[in-house]
Amino acid sequence: MSKLDSKIPEGSIEQKWTKYKSTVSLVNPSNKRNLEILVVGSGLAGASAAASLAELGYKVKCYCFQDSPRRAHSIAAQGGINAAKNYQNDGDSVYRLFYDTVKGGDYRSREGNVYRLAEISPNIIDQCVAQGVPFAREYGGMLSNRSFGGTQVQRTFYAAGQTGQQLLLGAYSALERQIGMGNVTMYSRHEMLDVVVIDEKARGIIVRNLITGAIERHFGHAVVLCTGGYGNVFYLSTNAMGCNVTAAWKAHKRGAFMANPCFTQNQPTCIPVSGDHQSKLTLMSESLRNDGRIWVPKVQGDTRKPTDIPEEERDYYLERRYPAFGNLVPRDVASRAAKERCDAGYGVGTSKMAVYLDFKYNMMRYGRVEAIKNNNPNADDETILSLGKEVVKEKYGNLFDMYKQITGENPYETPMRIYPAVHYTMGGLWVDYNLMTTVNGLYSLGESNFSDHGANRLGASALMQGLADGYFVIPYTIGSYLSNEIMTKPISTDHEAFVEAENKVKANINALLNIKGTRSVDYFHKRLGKIMWDKCGMARNAEGLNSAIKDIRALKDEFWKDVRVPGFNEEFNPELEKASRVADFMELGELMCIDALNRDESCGGHFREEFQTEDGEALRDDENFAYVAAWENKGNGWDLHKEELKFENIKIANRSYK
Amino acid sequence: MSGNMNLTLKVWRQQSLNAPGKLVDYKVKDISEDMSFLEMFDVLNEELITKGDEPIAFDHDCREGICGSCSMHINGRPHGPLKGVTTCQLHMRSFKDGDTIVVEPWRANAFPVIKDLSVDRSAFDRIIGSGGYISVNTGNAQDANSLPIPKDDADEAFMSAACIGCGACVAACVNSSAMLFVSAKVSQLSLLPQGKPETDQRVLAMVNQMDTEGFGACSNTGACTAECPKEISQGNIARMNRLYLAASLGGK
Repeated sequence: MSKLDSKIPEGSIEQKWTKYKSTVSLVNPSNKRNLEILVVGSGLAGASAAASLAELGYKVKCYCFQDSPRRAHSIAAQGGINAAKNYQNDGDSVYRLFYDTVKGGDYRSREGNVYRLAEISPNIIDQCVAQGVPFAREYGGMLSNRSFGGTQVQRTFYAAGQTGQQLLLGAYSALERQIGMGNVTMYSRHEMLDVVVIDEKARGIIVRNLITGAIERHFGHAVVLCTGGYGNVFYLSTNAMGCNVTAAWKAHKRGAFMANPCFTQNQPTCIPVSGDHQSKLTLMSESLRNDGRIWVPKVQGDTRKPTDIPEEERDYYLERRYPAFGNLVPRDVASRAAKERCDAGYGVGTSKMAVYLDFKYNMMRYGRVEAIKNNNPNADDETILSLGKEVVKEKYGNLFDMYKQITGENPYETPMRIYPAVHYTMGGLWVDYNLMTTVNGLYSLGESNFSDHGANRLGASALMQGLADGYFVIPYTIGSYLSNEIMTKPISTDHEAFVEAENKVKANINALLNIKGTRSVDYFHKRLGKIMWDKCGMARNAEGLNSAIKDIRALKDEFWKDVRVPGFNEEFNPELEKASRVADFMELGELMCIDALNRDESCGGHFREEFQTEDGEALRDDENFAYVAAWENKGNGWDLHKEELKFENIKIANRSYK
Repeated sequence: MSGNMNLTLKVWRQQSLNAPGKLVDYKVKDISEDMSFLEMFDVLNEELITKGDEPIAFDHDCREGICGSCSMHINGRPHGPLKGVTTCQLHMRSFKDGDTIVVEPWRANAFPVIKDLSVDRSAFDRIIGSGGYISVNTGNAQDANSLPIPKDDADEAFMSAACIGCGACVAACVNSSAMLFVSAKVSQLSLLPQGKPETDQRVLAMVNQMDTEGFGACSNTGACTAECPKEISQGNIARMNRLYLAASLGGK
């Protein structure tokens, strides 16, 4: 099991997936009816996988911890979804999307997987439109596009600032249709707490009914984890409160390798932290960078109101440093640049840890176009501005409202204040081309796997990946495994492996309930988050990482001695749910630091201060680190396995956005 | 860092569906006006846990107004005093020092209480499962631009599709009617050419499921739209009534 085989098909990159699809083993319809698949998670990846697999005829069970599959965190994605449609005639192609994604990921992703993603992307838009997803359109009735970071074409499809919501509701409706037809059994308010492995194959899961506390055993011929990312290890992130690593982590402890866990993404356009009470951070979509210009004052500690600072005293630092991409550089680059300005004393707002995102310039630009359209080319500035505001309102109205609601400031009148916040985790369970982990029959889709985004994800690519994996990849690749399982009868959940796993889950719950310490779960979670943010955040160094590992171990000991989990198991007990998730975050946090310490280079979201160029850009080491770091859990530590990354179609090069 | 607001909360406590419930008084101190309403509850729960009391159960997840989890009935209004805002996006600057705030769960027979402020809204899922979709399997789609859709239709469908399924419309209604929720989905899909072929069976099936779940009838008070955090228009209900009538009569 220790040898990593990515199982990338032979042949030219353009032919790999086509050939794979034409030659992969199939399962005939009558056999599909006897094969059960467990899908854990109901976001874009989970809902699309569960629906598509059920449409094919498999017996599917789907699980989510939320009260409805419609509430999975994919719902909160704002800006858009990429697809290589080239509807704008601006030079886009499958190859260009593939190239942009590999370069955006700082050459730490797998060519074969990324090419497939780009190749599938147009089908996703077709599928979503057919389901009734109301994408933005032009007056001619055609779909509208906008730009996102790290690209020079307009390939992003969107539905105002609610693209994730509309895509998820599309996938959810497909899932509900299958539930209504009896092809999927849905288990809402159920949390997966272990994977059952029998004879080196995943054969089921243990779940807790979050309303009654009942611990249940479920058999499946295969298990598909679509359980999202682990950004909440930092406590404060743009993730929903319930996002967690537990399902992936339990799988990891049953033999699934964890790949590149230190690759985390900070999204530059978030509302800054306002105080200690803060429970989560809110993203302002990257799409705002289409029309907003980012700046700080040219002098340190300038306390004037932003609207009082004249043009020549503003430093549009992204346009200055990266003229070719300007405000649309990738997230990792924009985040680091904001941190650099704030650390140097140019930050704004009460905390001085923020920069301005200013829409005035583009409001005026839009306003002038509208004025001409209205046959009023000589309109005064005030009229032009108000016309421009209407255009911006139509594009981003809900985001502006949200900003106003949270900060009490009106972004139509004054620039937004923004700062980077943890947003996405590129790392995750190691998977091969089939999306299978190192445990046979155990798959991982969407953000929970590591495969497509390398060291940095480009904007509008997460929705693309989740839906590609669920609608178009797993329906084919799972057949290559299940075609060999058609003779496998359902295994009784009285099997000793189920009993053992259930006992382990129960013992863990009892242990948490019986500590009866003095501090709440949140108290420990906040402390863990602070360690991670300070020492394994946007910038890391060896000294900090070594001390973080010690701090986390000490915190973990303290947690297991002093946490207080009120109530009991046989009830709706949100504190117990949180405790079990935070316990797993502690273990993950340690591994993230170990991974960051191992990678003596800077790439994408992983910035080691020791490895940078003279002008502060990330300094990669392709000779020694062009590999995926896959960690095997050994109980009391981890073994590192390396999957070498080969670049046969893209010349590995210095990543420049200048 | 904390603020200077002191408040009295009257919160509905109920151990489980069949247990009796009651309003319990709590004092919260030093609340900052920048906190969200749920963060104020975090502060209270932290205090309850430290004292050895049972924290208050409530549903929440994204805390940015889009997942539809949060469901607090605040001073008699779903999601509190502001228009077009969910509980998680309601901030304490909307209240004054010394205020007394009453917090209850959604009240509707079709939304049974699970615990404290948390209710079971799975009836909404079953309504969607009865017909709130377009029957298209993965892989059957034609090119997305081969079907031009007038911008006005697309925009109107989008406005209806903005529903987050939180259930505030039901909680606001004297009849506990789910007409706004159901009509928003019926409207979205019937406004789009892709959804038209199934319009009749969709509206009949969804209304039938809505009735089966025990939601009440609509008496046009408009409370649903007034309290909807996404300001879904009451015009959707009129549209659904027309479509339902047409479908029932078997013609268009």
